[in-house]
Amino acid sequence: MSGLDEVASTPLSDRSLSGVEGAPKRIAVVSSGLSQPSSTRLLADRLAEATVRALQGKGIQATVEVTELREIAKDVTNNLVTSFPSPGLEQAIERVTTADGLIAVTPIFTTSYSGLFKSFIDVLDPASLTDMPVLLGATGGSERHSLAIDYAMRPLFTYLHARPVPTGVFAASSDWGHGDGGPDAADAAHGLHERIERAGVELADAILQSKRDTTVRDPFALPNGFSPIGAYGAQ
Amino acid sequence: MSDASGMQFGIFTVSDVTEDPTTKTTISEAERIKNLIAIAVHAEEVGLDVFALGEHHNPPFVSSSPTTTLAFIAAKTQRLLLSTATTLITTNDPVKIAEDFAMLQHVADGRVDLMMGRGNTGPVYPWFGKDIRQGIELALENYALLHRLWTEEFVDWSGRFRTPLQGFQSTPRPLDGVAPFVWHGSIRSPEIAEQAAYYGDGFFANNIFWPKEHYQRLIGYYRQRFEHYGHGTAAQAIVGLGGQFFARKNSQDAVNEFRPYFDNAPVYGHGPTLEEFSAQTPLTVGSPQEVIDRYAGMREAYGDYQRQLFLVDHAGLPLKIVLEQLDILGGEIVPALRKEFAKNRPADVPAGPTHASQVAKALAGELPVPGGKQAKKDEVHTGAAFGVKK
Repeated sequence: MSGLDEVASTPLSDRSLSGVEGAPKRIAVVSSGLSQPSSTRLLADRLAEATVRALQGKGIQATVEVTELREIAKDVTNNLVTSFPSPGLEQAIERVTTADGLIAVTPIFTTSYSGLFKSFIDVLDPASLTDMPVLLGATGGSERHSLAIDYAMRPLFTYLHARPVPTGVFAASSDWGHGDGGPDAADAAHGLHERIERAGVELADAILQSKRDTTVRDPFALPNGFSPIGAYGAQ
Repeated sequence: MSDASGMQFGIFTVSDVTEDPTTKTTISEAERIKNLIAIAVHAEEVGLDVFALGEHHNPPFVSSSPTTTLAFIAAKTQRLLLSTATTLITTNDPVKIAEDFAMLQHVADGRVDLMMGRGNTGPVYPWFGKDIRQGIELALENYALLHRLWTEEFVDWSGRFRTPLQGFQSTPRPLDGVAPFVWHGSIRSPEIAEQAAYYGDGFFANNIFWPKEHYQRLIGYYRQRFEHYGHGTAAQAIVGLGGQFFARKNSQDAVNEFRPYFDNAPVYGHGPTLEEFSAQTPLTVGSPQEVIDRYAGMREAYGDYQRQLFLVDHAGLPLKIVLEQLDILGGEIVPALRKEFAKNRPADVPAGPTHASQVAKALAGELPVPGGKQAKKDEVHTGAAFGVKK
């Protein structure tokens, strides 16, 4: 199976909490960058590290599982055509939908999330991200695209009843530093760092407050009031 | 039809009119309909047990009126069991289904059963004045009425989806007072598996478009609920499976010949490769022995079951090739599978249902009662006669 990459596993040497409260959290990262290496993946990793750090600060261990959509792009389109996922894609879907928190990062193409990113979302069961704490991230050539997080990505996740945290992190090329250096470049890089840290804290808090693990739906559960002869008891 | 394997083997068709990608020609509806009949007749000639026909109400499909077609095939055959894949329990009036299939039972001397389905085309609901959002509810309520029309002489009915009935008797009555056996087909809904279990009916998993594991869960659920309702053990639940193959003497010839049809097939073409799809679904393209090995393994995945139907005539495959596939199926694959399935099959696992076996059950008072025998004791429908005329 491709697309899985452990980027951080943070065992706590000194656990101040124990039991359910301190149980390790699983963070799923979805990155739909197309080039390799990609600035989208770079941002995704930074967001994951910040979230793990924030959780660690609260005494909570976390693991991170990254799904690079580039590596399962064909499986995603095959699923669109056949209506069922390949085994590899099914594993990716399982990782994402069963995580305690999701970091979703896409390049902004032509005013919105990339088509591959949306296609992956489209093959998920629409109920499978309900109540999921989500951190939204995006990359683009210029900061003029930054609001795409709020006018394109956020409504998508709100529609799915996920819970995106208030801070979305956009990284333009200039945020990674200017070629000519100088104080502007340092400010830009520092600004990105601050946004990442703030977003990581928000996602960590959302994960800790989430009751999602108690509301996961059994796909074989019959609806409330189900009757095999019809809900209205026709006779 | 009944041998030590207890299995019924046959074919099912969706009746698509699709361009042959190798010749870029498309046959007419008239030709396709005549071909369907030729395919069914040949299925009997090569020793298959079942021919099942789909119901669709939009091109490129031609089978909108299955009982008409099946009645004609009944007249052309002596032994073949005629079924559907599927009959739309959502958009058809259950009264008309009761009448059409009871009539077919009589003209076909009982060689009839049917499979309930909800259809695969969203717009079919509004075409018949129904709402797709109520698909499950329609399937549940309509079948509840259909079941009563076949098992009770006079029916008082008031439901949500059709005009009430007062003292209504559907006609003709089922042959020998025994309703046709019913399968419920579903590819994803536990509600339908539950419904099949509640009635002690059969459950059919199309088995073509999803990986095996998905159907394993659904069938496992149905078996468990069948036992829960007291119709028998989980192993005795009545299970049917779909499947798909293309065989030639030499494996590579099969792959080369089938690939253009696969690559352009309406349902999965232009997606995964033939190799990927074969690995992820029961599609088997190769030598007859490869097909035998793959399908002999199905009972390990799903438990001993009763009916195996194959899709052989879609995606623009010309009649000549389809008939050759039937020769291979009836001549080599099915005889070998019958032997395989007979091995170690527990004696208490029922054989595939026929009219004769249903009549015998009725006479013995062993036809399943909706909700199980316990439910019969608590029967609330006054005047309901879930048994049969003796």
